[in-house]
Amino acid sequence: MKQLNKTILYGLYTDEEVLMDAVRDIREEGNEIWDVFTPFPVHGLDPVLGLKESRLHIAGFVYGLFGALTAFGFMTWTLTRDWPIIFGGKPYFSAPSFIPITFEFTVLMAAVGMVVTFYLVCGLGPGVTNPYLDPRITDDHFCVAFDVTNMSEEQRQALEAKLLSTGACEQPKIKNI
Amino acid sequence: MSSVVSDIRPPLVMGNKTYHQITEDICSPTEELPNGKWVMLLLGALGLLAFGALALFVTIWFGIGSWYLNRTVGWGWDITNFVWWVGIGHAGTLISAILLLFRQKWRTGVNRAAEAMTIFAVICAALFPGIHMGRIWLAFFVFPYPNTRGPLWVNFNSPLLWDVFAISTYFTVSLLFWYMGLIPDFATIRDRAKGFRKRIYNFASFGWTGSAKHWQRWEAMALVLSGLATPLVLSVHTIVSFDFATSVVPGWHTTIFPPYFVAGAIFSGFAMVQTLMILTSIALPQLKDYITQQHIESMNKVIVLTGSIVGVAYLTELFIAWYSGYVYEQFAFYNRALGPYWWSYFAMMTCNVITPQFFWVKRLRRSVLVTFILSIVVNIGMWFERFVIIATTLHRDFLPSSWSYYSPSWVEVGVYLFTFGLFGVLYLIFMRVAPVVAIAEVKSILKSSGDQYCGENMHQHTTAEELSSEA
Repeated sequence: MKQLNKTILYGLYTDEEVLMDAVRDIREEGNEIWDVFTPFPVHGLDPVLGLKESRLHIAGFVYGLFGALTAFGFMTWTLTRDWPIIFGGKPYFSAPSFIPITFEFTVLMAAVGMVVTFYLVCGLGPGVTNPYLDPRITDDHFCVAFDVTNMSEEQRQALEAKLLSTGACEQPKIKNI
Repeated sequence: MSSVVSDIRPPLVMGNKTYHQITEDICSPTEELPNGKWVMLLLGALGLLAFGALALFVTIWFGIGSWYLNRTVGWGWDITNFVWWVGIGHAGTLISAILLLFRQKWRTGVNRAAEAMTIFAVICAALFPGIHMGRIWLAFFVFPYPNTRGPLWVNFNSPLLWDVFAISTYFTVSLLFWYMGLIPDFATIRDRAKGFRKRIYNFASFGWTGSAKHWQRWEAMALVLSGLATPLVLSVHTIVSFDFATSVVPGWHTTIFPPYFVAGAIFSGFAMVQTLMILTSIALPQLKDYITQQHIESMNKVIVLTGSIVGVAYLTELFIAWYSGYVYEQFAFYNRALGPYWWSYFAMMTCNVITPQFFWVKRLRRSVLVTFILSIVVNIGMWFERFVIIATTLHRDFLPSSWSYYSPSWVEVGVYLFTFGLFGVLYLIFMRVAPVVAIAEVKSILKSSGDQYCGENMHQHTTAEELSSEA
């Protein structure tokens, strides 16, 4: 398992609407949230949490462009330069019949590239074990976590109190991960 | 209430579920030992697989002459089965990608199983062109790799090669899309499991934590992959239809083929999803609250729409054959309907055009029994459609001296049974190791489509305020 060498204080909530209000409340007071963990994508959480839009789709476009140019360029090269053959009395460079493979290869490169990028930037992959806070997070609990590695005891207690006052369902816990 | 709740939309998740109950219901099949019925089904599927393996062996050992293909009919059951299986796969992508773009919430109940069906169906489909080549050990020749023959490249102008690219891309993208959706659900199973199972699911869940940023990227990727998979799925059956449409054979050389093939693919695919989902919810009764009448009805609406498109296409074909004034084209269609294979044309017309029209009636559309029977009828009809297009068109070509008739040998039938066995084994294993319904996605629609939030049982749920005051 990967070690982050962090001390994390976290509180659990049982409803995503309570969680959203809590996150908004916590951030308004200037507290920095390390991360929020949810069992399913909670819509509307990203702006509340201050997450910037993902740039993954830009990467997807670049991979797709690479695929399109590679496929079209390769077919053009093989059929006009490397080994020109006349098929069906058509010109060597018969662009319309290159379209299907160009399209398929564009989709293939965009999809594979994006998925690989996703796994890399998220630090996910076959057999990877990331530190986790509570097994109920993938079931029905929503978790707000603070990085309290360099915080004093008073600051930690203030955050604990904040979690409880915003609707955390049980006493917040501290975990070294 | 922050999520949008509509009173006119019927609920999609029944039984007043909590998030935890959803986890319990959907994970439980992967945690219990399989019952006797499942073992019997698996043995049945393995039996088909074993018989089919013998047929495959005969095919590869003696060549495709063992199928009774002849010089006139070079494509028989094999390519019929190929097109049939690829078509079936289309519904999975339609449900997971196109319905995601259209924000159809009912997709969450069936998308996981439908995508699994897609992947298994494409595996079954890919077998047929592979063995039809005759020398399957040289199948890699279809890929443009640098070789010692020049290098001599493959023919990029050939629709058969477009097919290679279309099917392999389709399989890869479907697999990536499906697995991406499975990761959070595997994490759910991992966090409930112990011992060796935990290690397996830990490996399979790729270290998923549920971080908000990861979910954001996950959703961004699901959206773009849907945007890519939507034209992809349309292109795949379009390209499959090019195998026929770019030829000069009367009855094949028609511009109507791409849209007609795509509609037919969605039609047969949804029928197969119905068959599978009904069987799955009988086998796993805990899923009945997630695969509801509402889901069945929605899919039946797609079936009646695409079935009608297919019907219009059949009639258009007949009309254009007559209107073209081209005798070979006219003969091809006359021969389809009234020639020696009239029974397959009759089966195709009845099963694809007439019987699906029952779904205009709401009561029949919502009946599980009627849906189950008609879904099988549709799949038989769509198999006959491909058989009509392939064998019926080929058996009487331009020269009457080379006319022939074709019926399959036990080997050719055996290879078809092999794919049923393969599909059955894969699906049965899938049902036991992976969540058949997408856990995270069902949870995300609970507050807008759970029956405690909309429909008859509305207002029975604990509100967010009550939950926080309890805490």
